[in-house]
Amino acid sequence: MQPSVDPSSPSPPPLIETVALTKHFGSVTANDGIDIAVRAGEIHALLGENGAGKSTLVKMLFGVLQPTSGEIRWEGEPVILDSPAGAQALGIGMVFQHFSLFEALTVAENVAFALPDTMPLRQIAAEVREISESYGLPLDPHAPMHRLSVGERQRVEIVRCLMRQPKLIILDEPTSVLTPQETEGLFETLERLKREGRAVLYISHRLSEVKRLCDTATVLRQGRKVATCDPRQETPGSLARMMIGSEVREVKPAPAHELGPVRLSVDRLSWRKPEVQSVALRDVSLEVRGGEILGVAGVAGNGQEELFQALAGFFTSAPDAIRIDGRDVGKLDVNTRRRLGAAFVPEQRMGEAAVGELHLSENTFLSLHASEDLAPRGWLAMSRARAITRRVIERFDVRAGSADPLASTLSGGNLQKYVVGRELSRSPGVLVVNQPTWGVDAGAATMIRQALIDLAAAGSAVVVISQDLDEIYEVSDRIAAISHGRLSAARPVRELTVETLGLMMAGAESGEAAHAP
Amino acid sequence: MRLEVTRRAAPSKAMAFLSPVIAIALTVFAGLLIFAAAGLDPLRAVHLYFVSPFTSLYSLQEVLVKASPLVLIGVGLSLCFRANVWNIGAEGQYTLGAVCGGGVALAIGEGSPFLVLPCVIAAGILGGLAWAAIPALLKTVFRANEILTSLMLTYVALYLLDYLVRGPWRDPMGFNFPQSALFEPAATLPVLTSDGRLHLGVAFAVLAVAIAAVALPATLRGFSIRVAGSAPKAARFAGFSQSGTVLFVFLTSGALAGLAGVAEVTGTLQQLLPEISPGYGFTAIIVAFLGRLNPVGILFAGVVLSASYIGGEVAQLRLGLPVEVAMVFQGILLFFLLACDSLIHHRIAFRRAAPRTEARHVG
Repeated sequence: MQPSVDPSSPSPPPLIETVALTKHFGSVTANDGIDIAVRAGEIHALLGENGAGKSTLVKMLFGVLQPTSGEIRWEGEPVILDSPAGAQALGIGMVFQHFSLFEALTVAENVAFALPDTMPLRQIAAEVREISESYGLPLDPHAPMHRLSVGERQRVEIVRCLMRQPKLIILDEPTSVLTPQETEGLFETLERLKREGRAVLYISHRLSEVKRLCDTATVLRQGRKVATCDPRQETPGSLARMMIGSEVREVKPAPAHELGPVRLSVDRLSWRKPEVQSVALRDVSLEVRGGEILGVAGVAGNGQEELFQALAGFFTSAPDAIRIDGRDVGKLDVNTRRRLGAAFVPEQRMGEAAVGELHLSENTFLSLHASEDLAPRGWLAMSRARAITRRVIERFDVRAGSADPLASTLSGGNLQKYVVGRELSRSPGVLVVNQPTWGVDAGAATMIRQALIDLAAAGSAVVVISQDLDEIYEVSDRIAAISHGRLSAARPVRELTVETLGLMMAGAESGEAAHAP
Repeated sequence: MRLEVTRRAAPSKAMAFLSPVIAIALTVFAGLLIFAAAGLDPLRAVHLYFVSPFTSLYSLQEVLVKASPLVLIGVGLSLCFRANVWNIGAEGQYTLGAVCGGGVALAIGEGSPFLVLPCVIAAGILGGLAWAAIPALLKTVFRANEILTSLMLTYVALYLLDYLVRGPWRDPMGFNFPQSALFEPAATLPVLTSDGRLHLGVAFAVLAVAIAAVALPATLRGFSIRVAGSAPKAARFAGFSQSGTVLFVFLTSGALAGLAGVAEVTGTLQQLLPEISPGYGFTAIIVAFLGRLNPVGILFAGVVLSASYIGGEVAQLRLGLPVEVAMVFQGILLFFLLACDSLIHHRIAFRRAAPRTEARHVG
């Protein structure tokens, strides 16, 4: 064993360092010889597109996965991290993108689960209060989890992590669930952790955030490290080039075009879910004219899914609560709405928009069997479905291993291109899309957004529901925000600043206080 | 060295095919051990139990006679299981098919076989269908768990049959035995061979397999069943009604079980008895899974499981083992099958421990 750093060197070894870290999954190389060094007192960004290998790398740093080869060094010494408990004992904490919290328990009880021994709950509650106050993460230790917003849940995860006094804190895409104001609050917390001499490894693909917050950035592409740089010295464009490996194609705005008549309208739609504790829709109204895109912004879980389901006809409403091209469709099912010219792209790609164990041509039947009459007298018209699928694959450049692959073998971006392309192949008059580019690589995202803009320019009415504000601003003509099941009035995109939109997303317009700490 | 179980990138097609074969081989191997433990010559016993049912023309016919109900019920159950509907009550639907068909046969008595037999069979199909409609409606209307309701209704059906053959339908000329009168020839299924019991029921089974094999991949209904099971949200997105699918698969499997029941009493038994099934409705669950929920696979699996019944009878006669040994082997087979099925999604590898002993171990 060789010491990684000359003892006479003035600078201490990095807090954590990897040397040629490699991870294979069968024939796939997820991480290929990655060197990364995170020092105490820095916020280090791990940048990369979906599938670049960020998650694999941090899972190895947190002991969830074992490297195939290579070495991890902690304060200069090689270590084997074979479990999260081991990583935590060493001083590594992690806040995952998907929370693991018990709905029925209180904040303090949820925190207690993560602690090694039996500290009395009273003491835990006191410490939760102390930590949450001192780090600007306001929380009531006795609040039941199901009452908390997504931003507050993330605070619970962070506090839970800080209870163990970690030296290194890993955050996986933490801002994807936050409003702009909540993001500000999180950044203040991270700055404070940095001043205390802790290291933060910050995983993101949002370049503006990384440029603002981070001291160092390591960029991964296709499992390899491309560069380590100072993000403040880079431009968003140069960072994007490192991530993607080529110039980013910009979305071309639609040429000037006349708006047509109202093609989709919703009038005071309310809905209460049969199950308790779920967001209902409250008095939602909107109008979309042919030729325009309405963006619906909002933090996850504020009624977006319910709005989508109402528009798609997964549950029925008053007949005139929803109109497509002037026809009352509130009582009609999804296929009747499709026959009237509407098309829908749900949020969940795998398992809803597509079935993994079916071939793409079979998946084509899912949404087109009624509107395109692909099952005359109940028999599947396989050859026509194959032809449609082939056209979608060609037009949207869906990269696949074979002519008609299983949906499960496609990458997220390629599957999403197919799912969106399948609906666009009908040139629908009304298109409702929920999270069109969630978890999709930049190239595919640009292509999908461009296709939405082109569809609207050709005279269709498009609703884009998205948590990605960059996307909302990029494609929308008008923007509305959804909060606690209420939809704000839509405002033209040119008149709407991010700050105002943030307040609308937090429900300010409907008279409720914003959540910003 | 350590054993590592890792998830495959994609389900293994080869394993999906091989798993039942391995499971059968392991069951035979377990048979060797069990027979040896019982103090028998294991090789002779295994030969008698597993091989001899296929060696004579007569026992081969018996294998087919017993395979027919298993295949009919198994095809219906495979539709349910593909749609994630857990119909465990096929035994009851089978029994009601036998009761209704048998009741009509006793009521009509003599007549033209071209009139009587279709009525008897139709009554059997409707009986099974109606019995399946109860848990189906309880599930779609009240969201009641179909595993419990369909299973409990099985016992109701069995007691109903028991009551009828001991009470109102008991053969007045039958010396007080709990059995109905023999059906008139017009109400019995034609026998296909001169020296055995092979009857038209086997044709029903083959026909059901053929229809399912063609319709499942090629019709919208088959497509909706496949989607409903593997991705319920995708079924909703496609506009397939969830309760519509539940009702369709439940009623279809009930009808097929009813057909199996009426074919058994009008073909094999030719009268109603308190015991009309060695557990066909339950064994068909194993048949459906051993056959990969695939109609043609179910045809083969039905023959295998049927042979285990015949093997059990041989074991009783020639080895002095209780006939319930068939149940033991069926259970062992299901157990090995479930274990082998995990290899479809996972692979097992022997790995050497990482040779990096110099590094500090944490945790």
